[in-house]
Amino acid sequence: MTVVSVPVKRTALYDEHRALGARLIPFGGFEMPVQYSSILKEHEAVRRRAGLFDLSHMGQFVLEGEGVAEWADRLTVNNVATIKPMQARYNIFTNAGGGARDDVIFYRLENRWLLVVNASNADKMWKHLSGSAGDSAVNLTNLHGRCALIAIQGPQALAMLAPHADANLSALKYYFCAEASVYGRAAVIARTGYTGEDGFEIFVDGEHAAEIWRALLADNRVAGLEPCGLGSRDVLRLEAGMPLYGHELAEDITPLQAGLGWAVKFGKPEFLGKEALLAQQEADDFRRVAGIVMAGRAPAREGYRVFLGDRDVGEVRSGSMAPSVGNRNVATALVEPEAAVVGTPVAVEIRGTKHAAAVVALPFYKRS
Amino acid sequence: MAQPENLLYSKEHEWVQIDGDIATVGITEYAQSSLGDIVYVELPKIGAHVAQFGNAGVVESVKAVSDLFTPVGGEIIEVNAELDGNPALVNREPFAGGWMFKIRLSDASETAGLLSPSAYEQLVAEEAH
Repeated sequence: MTVVSVPVKRTALYDEHRALGARLIPFGGFEMPVQYSSILKEHEAVRRRAGLFDLSHMGQFVLEGEGVAEWADRLTVNNVATIKPMQARYNIFTNAGGGARDDVIFYRLENRWLLVVNASNADKMWKHLSGSAGDSAVNLTNLHGRCALIAIQGPQALAMLAPHADANLSALKYYFCAEASVYGRAAVIARTGYTGEDGFEIFVDGEHAAEIWRALLADNRVAGLEPCGLGSRDVLRLEAGMPLYGHELAEDITPLQAGLGWAVKFGKPEFLGKEALLAQQEADDFRRVAGIVMAGRAPAREGYRVFLGDRDVGEVRSGSMAPSVGNRNVATALVEPEAAVVGTPVAVEIRGTKHAAAVVALPFYKRS
Repeated sequence: MAQPENLLYSKEHEWVQIDGDIATVGITEYAQSSLGDIVYVELPKIGAHVAQFGNAGVVESVKAVSDLFTPVGGEIIEVNAELDGNPALVNREPFAGGWMFKIRLSDASETAGLLSPSAYEQLVAEEAH
């Protein structure tokens, strides 16, 4: 037997996770907490109070120079040039076929841009970006693994963070950010997240991450702030209808297929994959992501086949029991167009038996 | 962690309580703790015949699907219907209310292939490291 050892990296918060008794798993090249107490308890904390997440495994690139917007607009589907200073915007880097290389968030700061990419795509994206910068007036810096990212998410996130930040966070709009300090340490605070709740993402230097993490927990534990792992994060994002790269988006799954057509700006003069996406939209015959709710108690899981009558029409891409959808089992599935129509009765094959399900509109959960 | 003394154990982290020719089967504290929040349990059909260490169902946590094996072979005579609506019972009471099924032993000598409480405790201690 050949043992191939892949070095697993640790975030600046690794010792905190150990001290909190987290169960750690390798994810995106890092040893990350999948849960501290229980996925369901952590999920409930985020929906009712707030949860604290270590997202330092995510790729962070700094983009500088006059040419950033023009360059990035040619590589992505959404508008970059129209992002205002201190605004954030979701975007998707495409390949020539219109498939998704990665889904990302651009944060436009005063004199630079921050680009957050998926951990699993960080190396691929670094090669793609540095390889396509060419003669553009663009400077790239890879902060992956050096800078920390802490998210506080939930209805109480504002009340928990605001007293310790020197910015008017209640006035900070969704998908905007501020350069401010948190517990006296320089940070970028963005009102963004991946849970379907209000909340903030805090970019800080790795060397200050642990003290901020500890202070936030200590000051808010009584109010019900819980450290939360990637397990609850995945359930929260699925309920909120947010795509996870490798599941609802991939090199061979386009933004149109993922239901992210709102982010595809065909009005841009050109971008990588534009022709392929235009042709796909024109033909309108592609497999697309649909929301599915199981009738019974058996959960639908990634890879399970979906049937319309006797016909195999696609497969489940993500699935989980969903506490915020009445504990029903929900899933996303990539299916033929006729099986993606809301209300369509479909079946999911689970261990050789077909289980009834219905196609529903996404998201499964929307905060009130 | 001490394992209940009145039970025998499998390497797959099931427990079995033998009462004459009837065995009650469940998963251990260590198993439920490793799985995390259990959201679904698929149990065998009553009347089904299963071989020792054969597949007898599925236990699903939020993130994972795990096979349930039977530590002894025989005929399934009862399943814990409570688990259908309340799978979290396995997390709360793995050795009591969270039992999975009862089986009529086909061969009482099969218990020789199971682990004693102390042997199982040793297995858990090794796996936990």
